[in-house]
Amino acid sequence: MENSIWKRIPLNSNYAAAYGAKDSDVDVVAAYPITPQTPAVEKIADFISNGELNAEMIHVESEHSAMSACIGAAAVGARTFTATSAQGLELMHELLHIASGLRLPIVMAVASRALSAPLSIWGDYSDVINIRDTSWIILIASTAQEVYDSIIQAYKIAEDPDVLLPVVVAYDGFMMSHTYELVYVAKNPEIFRDYIPKKVNWTILNVEKPITMGAVANPDWYYEFKYQQVLAMKRSYSVIKNSAKEFEKRYGRSYDTVEVYNNGGKIAVLTYGGLFGTVVEAIDYMNKQGTQITGIKLRLFRPFPLQEIRKVIEDLKMLIVIDRAISFGAPIEGTVAMEISALLHRESIDIPIYSYIASIGQRTTTEEDIIGIVKDAVKLFESGKRISESIYWGVRE
Amino acid sequence: MHYRTVFDIPRDELLAPGHGLCGGCVAGTIVRLLLKVAGPNTIVVNPTGCVEVSTTTFPYTSWRVPYIHVAFENAAAVASGIEASIKVLQKKNVIDPSKKINIIVIGGDGGTADIGFQALSGMLERGHKVMYVLYDNEAYMNTGIQRSGTTPLFAWTTTTPIGKVLKGKIQVKKPVAEIVAAHRVPYVATANPAYFLDMMNKFKRGLDVDGPSFIHVIQPCTTGWRYDPRIGIKIARLATETAMWINWELDHGEFRVTVTVPKRKHVRHYIRVQGRFNHLTDEDIETIQKYVDKEVERINKLVGKEVIGPVVE
Ligand SMILES: Cc1ncc(C[n+]2csc(CCOP(=O)(O)OP(=O)(O)O)c2C)c(N)n1
Ligand code: SF4
Ligand SMILES: [Mg+2]
Repeated sequence: MENSIWKRIPLNSNYAAAYGAKDSDVDVVAAYPITPQTPAVEKIADFISNGELNAEMIHVESEHSAMSACIGAAAVGARTFTATSAQGLELMHELLHIASGLRLPIVMAVASRALSAPLSIWGDYSDVINIRDTSWIILIASTAQEVYDSIIQAYKIAEDPDVLLPVVVAYDGFMMSHTYELVYVAKNPEIFRDYIPKKVNWTILNVEKPITMGAVANPDWYYEFKYQQVLAMKRSYSVIKNSAKEFEKRYGRSYDTVEVYNNGGKIAVLTYGGLFGTVVEAIDYMNKQGTQITGIKLRLFRPFPLQEIRKVIEDLKMLIVIDRAISFGAPIEGTVAMEISALLHRESIDIPIYSYIASIGQRTTTEEDIIGIVKDAVKLFESGKRISESIYWGVRE
Repeated sequence: MHYRTVFDIPRDELLAPGHGLCGGCVAGTIVRLLLKVAGPNTIVVNPTGCVEVSTTTFPYTSWRVPYIHVAFENAAAVASGIEASIKVLQKKNVIDPSKKINIIVIGGDGGTADIGFQALSGMLERGHKVMYVLYDNEAYMNTGIQRSGTTPLFAWTTTTPIGKVLKGKIQVKKPVAEIVAAHRVPYVATANPAYFLDMMNKFKRGLDVDGPSFIHVIQPCTTGWRYDPRIGIKIARLATETAMWINWELDHGEFRVTVTVPKRKHVRHYIRVQGRFNHLTDEDIETIQKYVDKEVERINKLVGKEVIGPVVE
């Protein structure tokens, strides 16, 4: 791929996100610093101050205002970008619902991080999982290259007239946001102009054609607005797939909503984010030892890729799901495990699912831990035990 | 151009009739006159509150200019985004760069002085060219008359009820316009719809200056202040005649009282016509009078001459 249109440079995922925003030619960036997202914002400030990006940066006084300013900017037709983590994402929460309700195609990078209290700046997915019902499309990347490519695809998805929903591109705080990988970035971002042309497909505030945005909707109308979002979210699924396909055709790198490593094993481990890299390493090791394990990476969390998940798991003997956030008090506290369980039940597929919680607050999770989890689950499976509760790997009780 | 007489006021009605504000609500008067000054090249941002809920019930709208409501505490941030966006899109020739587009926030006292204050302060500090108009009805009216930072001393609200121990609000009104002025923005003014030409000239000035401007307008609320809906403007006038409300402007650091009151009325004239002050004793009213006297003294000192005179009736 080392050809004329790419240059290969070392980037952490924060920088990859910033490059993605720059190469998408965003018009307005409004963001507020928080660890581990901060370097993403600093990088964009660099791009603007040295003229590589022609955009307005709004140095807002909070994340609440960051999302508010993005909403205002998108409402008059700007391509907007922001980035945050944890407490910042929580502070924005109210506006997340409004951004999607107003059908504004904002794109946001999230360097995922644990939520206070106790305060932890370290990576886990508590923040991302918490925004699942905000009607944002949520992509989770597991390499810096994927972060860069996904930001660009995110504009394609968000601005599609069949979608018009905001998009989050999440990646592991620290484990990805602060570690460097070699990333192909465009030598000339003009190569993306035809892929994501600046066409304002959404309704905007325009003095030539006044409209009212953010109206009051009473019981006679509110429901219909929300149902429109349901439909948009459903339609987004094929747009997400097609955007990846077109990206591959144009630029050669392929992505799907669910990705499989070492297909064909009867035991699979499913997870998301950078931890998938660790899972792949562990699988390579276990395969050499004679245990065929398949790795499944969830790249799309919202809309949940029902069909793809079904396809990759229906022939399995057992499935291990490693969740990186806790849904306190839920029937299955690993959210993704719970969602897959619901799916399997509805599709009358009977595969035992073992839900593990790991890497909370960035508790180190190595290949050995993954191997340990697999061994633990297989033992339970072989002894005929079905466990519906989540198992907290490595916690001190 | 200045507005000198009623004949100078444009006839265009950019706030359509048929809104759902209470009969006699002075907020409607303020918004209507504001839009006459601003004209059609205007984008309005309006936080949650009475004006918002009563003008935008889907599928209807009272707004003949582009309008956006996002949330309660963030109008200034939304306006910041709009302003920055128009700026860059004009630079990129996506929006006609020769077109001057007014960006105006119309916010209540809660959405401005309390929950929205952080966003406002940020917008002012960053210097966005936005005119922020605060319509101050001195309480959270939309949720049913709860106290706010700008509720005046002793006023009844549903969260400062008249009980055996406490009677009305125990704190004084937050001096929002002065706090805004401390941000050293180009133009800050207070205005009163009873002096509508003065108010409209301030709107005009606010739109003309290069940078943020802030116009703090007193807005009698028939429902929350408990008075006969016919006398809203009369009450507004009494506010200035008693110096409970002083109309001033601070234009690039230059301070001026724009409506002088050579002969002042006693505050009881203002207070006794409003149900929210029904429980006040003569002593309570004297406490308020003393507070106002001090304010008057301070303002006169600031101007360097007696722009507000002594109490004569
Ligand atoms: C975050 C949040 N908290 C509380 C509310 C409820 N709320 C809506 S309007 C309002 C009061 C508005 O008061 P003000 O800004 O003075 O405007 P008014 O209604 O008096 O015109 C409140 C408390 C809300 N919408 N959002
Ligand atoms: S409650 Fe007061 S401010 Fe609200 S519409 Fe009625 S009169 Fe106007
Ligand atoms: Mg109010």
